[in-house]
Amino acid sequence: MTVALEIRDLVKTYPVRNAFGRVSGEVRAVDGVSFTIPSGGVYGLAGESGSGKSTIARMIMGLTAPDSGDILIDGTSILGTRDRARVQMVFQNPGASLNPRRTVGQSIMVPLVAHRQSGDHTGRIGDLLDMVHLPRHFTDRYPHELSGGQKQRVAIARALAVSPRLLVLDEPTSALDVSVQAKVIDLLEELGRRLGLTYLFISHDLSLMRNFAQTVGVLYLGKIVETGPADQVFERPEHDYTRLLLASVPVISAEEAAMRPVIPLINGEMPTAKDLMALRAGLNAKETAR
Amino acid sequence: MSELAALSNSYQNWYRFSRNPTAVIGLLIVVLSLLAALLAPYITPFPDHVGAIVDFRNRHQPPSLEHWFGTDNVGRDILTRVIFGLRVSLMLAFVVLVIAVPFGTAMGLLAGYFGGWTEIVIMRLTDIALALPPLIMALAVAAVLEPSLMNAMLAIASLWWTWHTRLVYSMVRQIRALEYVEAAETLGASKTHILFREILPNCVSAIAVKTSLDAGFVILIGASLSFLGLGIQPPTPDLGTMVSDGASFLPDYWWESLLPGTAILFVALGFNLLGDGLRDLFDVEDVR
Repeated sequence: MTVALEIRDLVKTYPVRNAFGRVSGEVRAVDGVSFTIPSGGVYGLAGESGSGKSTIARMIMGLTAPDSGDILIDGTSILGTRDRARVQMVFQNPGASLNPRRTVGQSIMVPLVAHRQSGDHTGRIGDLLDMVHLPRHFTDRYPHELSGGQKQRVAIARALAVSPRLLVLDEPTSALDVSVQAKVIDLLEELGRRLGLTYLFISHDLSLMRNFAQTVGVLYLGKIVETGPADQVFERPEHDYTRLLLASVPVISAEEAAMRPVIPLINGEMPTAKDLMALRAGLNAKETAR
Repeated sequence: MSELAALSNSYQNWYRFSRNPTAVIGLLIVVLSLLAALLAPYITPFPDHVGAIVDFRNRHQPPSLEHWFGTDNVGRDILTRVIFGLRVSLMLAFVVLVIAVPFGTAMGLLAGYFGGWTEIVIMRLTDIALALPPLIMALAVAAVLEPSLMNAMLAIASLWWTWHTRLVYSMVRQIRALEYVEAAETLGASKTHILFREILPNCVSAIAVKTSLDAGFVILIGASLSFLGLGIQPPTPDLGTMVSDGASFLPDYWWESLLPGTAILFVALGFNLLGDGLRDLFDVEDVR
């Protein structure tokens, strides 16, 4: 199987400045991350906000330059090149990623013009709308006339306009209603099959990731702490942070609640190594007590 | 379909605008003054009183049916001269803004989007310009060169663009960080596309509001200049000059100063009300 995307030892640090603007240290947002996605595969990148997920996406898209490391698509490095037609991105919030003053058609036109695609643009926009199951006359609508799910479909159509090989999905459903999330995911699966797309799926929604991704990597403080097939990682998590993430997934029924590991719930702040050590000590104590 | 949607959209906007009484009053004043200024030779009772005509038998006549606004110290009809005076005021505002708004907007776009040295040079220039009151600048230019309408317009415009630069600059800084601009970047859009198609359309409403408010201020500055004798030169009728000339006959012949002054007030007020109305309209649109 060929490799669609390869990330090699990617590092990105941001300087920390004190009140006088002097550099007093650095934050390692992404700290030596490596992974590969086979062609046609779905790789899930899990982690809380602040774990470096979005920085990785931004580096793949060329919005941020990495300090070191390499990004390869189909075996060739894309760093320093302007040609990013092979990789496109679907942003988190479709309400923000579509320009409110431009119609759906005008938005989808942008990549067609930018990558100098010849031919009938109107027809192509119609085909793309068909592809994401939106009526063709939506081309004249403004974003505020669409629902959240429809907007995200437009964003997907726009990303597909230049026939990319790889789609970076940065929390594509987190801004949507639960009822709409499933439909968007279904659409992505269908498109993935039909067009042979490779996905990098970035999310903190673990239940969604378990259904959608074949392989997952868990990102914690800029490092991948655990990686493997989705089922394995979620059934038998090996790293404490993965357990912590799994424990924080909200559950509905009492049975489900009984099944999940008993761990003091995280409070939305990034847990420090000290917290994790305390957690491990607590869990071990519980095991021995049994 | 798109025409229909655009039509219903503009109808909705007009409906909301028309529900705002101050905005409608502002628009009415602006449209009436523009029409009056354009049609001045046809609607004024004594079009020939624009020039250096002297009719001493009729000097200092109070407002009457024949002379609605009375006559001045050489017997010319003040209403006629007020309407012709609007031409000067509106032209001043028009020329200043036609120069200042596009130039200021372009500078703001460049400074906000490119940052770095471009930003430092442009924004420090605006800081210097903003420290100089336009009226003082116009006075200085009139003193160095000669007092004329053209010099006044250029002096005001040479400072006025900086307000628009600051406005557009701060908006671009905000918009540049929004997801749809990043999305356009990842889609491979060119810098020109991002500046003029993605960012600029989102600044237009703010620019329109500011321009409308500015028109009022520029008219006031123009009137101040000609009050001081540094604007357009007599005998061309000018509202500021009329206020100044009439002031020496106060309070006995009050209409000679007060009525042209009221005209200045009305036009400036009209543009300000219109600007406020537009702002309300666009605010709603942005929330939607």
